[in-house]
Amino acid sequence: MSSQTRTVLFDAPGPVARRRIRWGNLVAAIVVLALAAVVLLRLQQQGQLEAEKWTSIFTADAWTNFYLPGLLSTLRAAAVAVVGAVVFGLVFGMGRLSHMGAVRVVSTIVVEFFRAVPVLLMMIFFWLLFAQKDLPDPSFWAVVLSLILYNGSVVAELVRSGVHGLPSGQREAALAIGLTRDQSLRSIEVPQALVAMLPALVSQLVVVLKDSALGAIILYPELLQQARLFGSGNSNILQSLTVAAVMFILINYSLTKAAEALGGRLRGRTAGSTGVQGAGLENGAGAGATLQAGTDEHDQQGLLGPRQG
Amino acid sequence: MSDFLSQFGELFASYDVLGAFWVNIQLTFWAGLIALVVGCVLALFRISPVPSLAWVGTAYVTVFRNTPLTIIMVFMTLGVWGQLKIQVSDDFPTNFFWLAVIGLAIYHAAFVCESIRSGVNTVPLGQAEAARAIGLSFLPAARMVILPQAFRGAIAPLGNTLIALIKNSTVAAAAGVATETSTLLKNMIEFNSSLIYAIFLTFAVGYVILVIPVGLLTTTLSRRLAVRR
Repeated sequence: MSSQTRTVLFDAPGPVARRRIRWGNLVAAIVVLALAAVVLLRLQQQGQLEAEKWTSIFTADAWTNFYLPGLLSTLRAAAVAVVGAVVFGLVFGMGRLSHMGAVRVVSTIVVEFFRAVPVLLMMIFFWLLFAQKDLPDPSFWAVVLSLILYNGSVVAELVRSGVHGLPSGQREAALAIGLTRDQSLRSIEVPQALVAMLPALVSQLVVVLKDSALGAIILYPELLQQARLFGSGNSNILQSLTVAAVMFILINYSLTKAAEALGGRLRGRTAGSTGVQGAGLENGAGAGATLQAGTDEHDQQGLLGPRQG
Repeated sequence: MSDFLSQFGELFASYDVLGAFWVNIQLTFWAGLIALVVGCVLALFRISPVPSLAWVGTAYVTVFRNTPLTIIMVFMTLGVWGQLKIQVSDDFPTNFFWLAVIGLAIYHAAFVCESIRSGVNTVPLGQAEAARAIGLSFLPAARMVILPQAFRGAIAPLGNTLIALIKNSTVAAAAGVATETSTLLKNMIEFNSSLIYAIFLTFAVGYVILVIPVGLLTTTLSRRLAVRR
């Protein structure tokens, strides 16, 4: 808690304040433990803590037939979606930066549209559409395509704000040595913006993984769906969902930490800012790509983030 | 063309599309209200110098920011209602509506907390030091110097959270709310598959109309109120 002593609101505590904090700490800890005890007691009364509800989770059957295939489906959809989203984001992000008005307008409409439409609506639409057209594996492709369109639009915004975040000297220097505006964008600005946005891209992975769980609604056999199947088959739905949630939390937490570490390491490799977007701040809608929610730094980017231009 | 138009008109006469959007708006409103209150309390916890409170805030945010909303919503119906037998109302639709509201609020409170914290983090340490230097004690310094700047810094991230909440209210379908937009979209397409594109576009445009003004408003506000440094 070393950073706690340095927040704007609270000065470094003196002896009296330290005593108060100690008491507050004790009281709060007791209240929290009491609350936890009440919850556990309720669960106990409902018979949710009984061993048989949990033992079936730690069998080979649970993992080889449910959790691991589910996790694999989740990761498969997320992996394909991320690759697609980066390509989509690069194309439309550069489109929004183009000096040709028509390209810019079209890219803006596409990006803003797909950021505003709920991912679930897209999934249901594509799922029913693909089924109607007799395409193979409609739920998988519906999940992937919806994730690509939404997250690709967010990546496009990352590209755009990454380029806007570069010092103008980069472009001026490029123009001065005789590159055209497109060349400057392609070979000077976007590459640096890409390095700068890498941490934000990693934390966007968290969003992709979380949103892939929407696939359960359109019957894509991902982790949540498999956990639900297993839970209703073994009448331990509460426990099974908890296992799925813990798996998601572990993966996403590691990704968030990785993004933060990456941000620290890449600083100095680019002229842009490598701020991590408040990890998992799901909605790219209007999200300033460089919004600093995750770190404790006083960075002015936080104010200037959203929807430049 | 006129054939298409008459089909389309008939479709919207027989389905209550606006009513479905109204359900989503209500979900958003109540969940947003609860999330705002809970999120503010959590943010206070996280920035407080009391370690156990800070720990609670951090733990809450870590857990719920990393859990898919869909799991929380499924948990609300299958777990909280189905297994723990916790019921909000005897009326089925009302019960599921409020379970969905609670699920949405639990999830978004974590984001509200982070938005407010990031707002506080935009205030430079020098502001607090200057406030103390001119003799303000804790409460006056917080009330007159730090919090006004912090709220201005929090507008943009709070706006993003609201936009996310509007869109995420569709996930209430996973919590058994059958009257909101994503369920209606599915039903309408299933019974009128020839109009699939028109139906999807209608709903999509509905969300664009809901979301874009919120985005524009919060961006304008946060720009206009931004503290120049």
